Amino acid sequence: MYSHIVLAADGSDNALRAAKHAVALAKLGDGKIEVVYVADFKKAKYEVLHAESNEALEYERRQKVRPVEELLIAEAITYEVKILHGEPGPTIVEYVNEQGADLVIIGSRGLNSLQEMVLGSVSHKVVKRVKAPVLVVK
Amino acid sequence: MITKLKNEWFGNIRADILAGIVVALALIPEAIAFSIIAGVDPMVGLYASFSIAVIIAFVGGRPGMISAATGAMALLMVPLVRDYGLDYLLAATILTGIIQIVFGVLKVAKLMRFIPRAVMIGFVNALAILIFMAQVPHFLGISTMTYVFVAVTLAIVYILPRFFTAVPAPLIAIVALTAVVIFSGIELRTVGDLGTISQTLPSFFIPDVPFTFETLQIIFPYALALSIVGLLESLLTSQIVDDMTDTESDKNKESRGQGIANFVTGFFGGMAGCAMIGQSVINVKSGGRGRLSTFVAGALLMFLIIVLGDLVVQIPMPVLVGIMIMVSIGTFDWGSFTYIRKAPRADAFVMVATVAIVVVTHDLSKGVLAGVLLSAIFFVAKISKLKVDKAIESGVIRYNVQGQLFFASVEDFVAGIDLTERESKIHIDFTESHVWDDSAVGAIDKVVMKLRQNQNEVLITGLNSSSRKIVDKLAIYNQADAKLSVH
Repeated sequence: MYSHIVLAADGSDNALRAAKHAVALAKLGDGKIEVVYVADFKKAKYEVLHAESNEALEYERRQKVRPVEELLIAEAITYEVKILHGEPGPTIVEYVNEQGADLVIIGSRGLNSLQEMVLGSVSHKVVKRVKAPVLVVK
Repeated sequence: MITKLKNEWFGNIRADILAGIVVALALIPEAIAFSIIAGVDPMVGLYASFSIAVIIAFVGGRPGMISAATGAMALLMVPLVRDYGLDYLLAATILTGIIQIVFGVLKVAKLMRFIPRAVMIGFVNALAILIFMAQVPHFLGISTMTYVFVAVTLAIVYILPRFFTAVPAPLIAIVALTAVVIFSGIELRTVGDLGTISQTLPSFFIPDVPFTFETLQIIFPYALALSIVGLLESLLTSQIVDDMTDTESDKNKESRGQGIANFVTGFFGGMAGCAMIGQSVINVKSGGRGRLSTFVAGALLMFLIIVLGDLVVQIPMPVLVGIMIMVSIGTFDWGSFTYIRKAPRADAFVMVATVAIVVVTHDLSKGVLAGVLLSAIFFVAKISKLKVDKAIESGVIRYNVQGQLFFASVEDFVAGIDLTERESKIHIDFTESHVWDDSAVGAIDKVVMKLRQNQNEVLITGLNSSSRKIVDKLAIYNQADAKLSVH
């Protein structure tokens, strides 16, 4: 059923919680998990300025999804890590709508409505626009 | 080659044109404001932005990056314009182009690696502070209405994008507030009070300066500073665009391109410029990826000035000031406060020192130079920390050398070894060390010879292969006594 699951990861605890659900669902049908991390445009200047080198920056980003990767390795799930660049919400939507997925799993930061208005909810945007079933993990 | 070029130009036509339009609109207020900072007519910045953007679209090394008249360059020109006038600035711009082309040919972009992050962070922060400081005389103590308009502009540019992003907020602020001022007759200073805008295309002319050695003496220091700062900001910007677009770019081609753009721009009445972090980020965010986006930004800017020049002079200064405050806030690296707390002390110090030197001297190139020198000194100080541990094991005195042995650390090495020892077995272990230069070998020689004079048996151990190579080549202690082996 869920042979190709896209898991949106941002290095937060919410993403790790979402990963646990992704594991459970992947195991239902020997599914593959694609871990998608979006390097936010908003942080590009900051990250380039503070990184020692390109390699260091790549490594730091990879480290962000490391806890999720460790979980997937421990659970022996086939996975792949994809690092995209853009605004997190629209980038995930565009990627999934192009590549296709049986299920998208994303953690929610649990913002209140004011924070949501100011910060913008990534999970909200994904739920609204992605052309695939979405599981939001709170 | 042809397909690559075609792709760089026409691989993304629709989004490139749209992004180019957004950037052109954002460039106009900045080009005017930077001209005002430099102390020249707005046309000098506008011509520069047009010319640099259009030329760099063809010859730049980083498709999708926006280059134009910039604050960093404008700030460097202030004394030159004040003391010698526009023609010297144009001559300096041409010379800047030549220097940058030479830098590009010599592949100086590689040297960027030697500029530490702390200096780069200091650079953007200093730039932000200087841009802000340049705005102060245009709003402080002029009139209450001035404060009101600055505040309203800031409110528009920061609040509006939360609800509405189709049209750039600074443009809305300019159009709406200029209309308010025109129709209400509120008394405010306008762009027109600080210079004129001519609705004509730039034309070729040779700057009216005497072609003498004296002229060169005047403009060369400025041109050199402009070249360095221009390349620094351009290469930093290209790294950011590389990262955002997840692609590589040709840094040496970019250096040459910046040079060609400045060289030509100087002959068309424009001031020297470079790549702009803020505008390039706007371009990429708006979907711009190809050379076409940069071209559209420059060409449309010129078109808008020719068509709307009459209206542009009526933009109230407080609105422009508000937008430039936004630009300076956006330029500042707000992560610096965490950086100061978390980074190594020396790095944090270099960053703050770079900012302080720029703010005091108003010269970005001096801050960068001082920052690089300071970092180099700190680096040598850090790397020259050398420790020598002494232990006595079954009648043998063992010295364990830890750290890099080179000219700056030889004293510590010599001081760490007791030369008064007599008739002992002494082993000096270099397993945790590395021998770098003549001074290091000289120090080893000195120590070994002195100890041997006192009838000690000295053995050097644990040299890694490159250390052994230099010791074998240069040392004399093991030539004087062939029995002593190095292993």
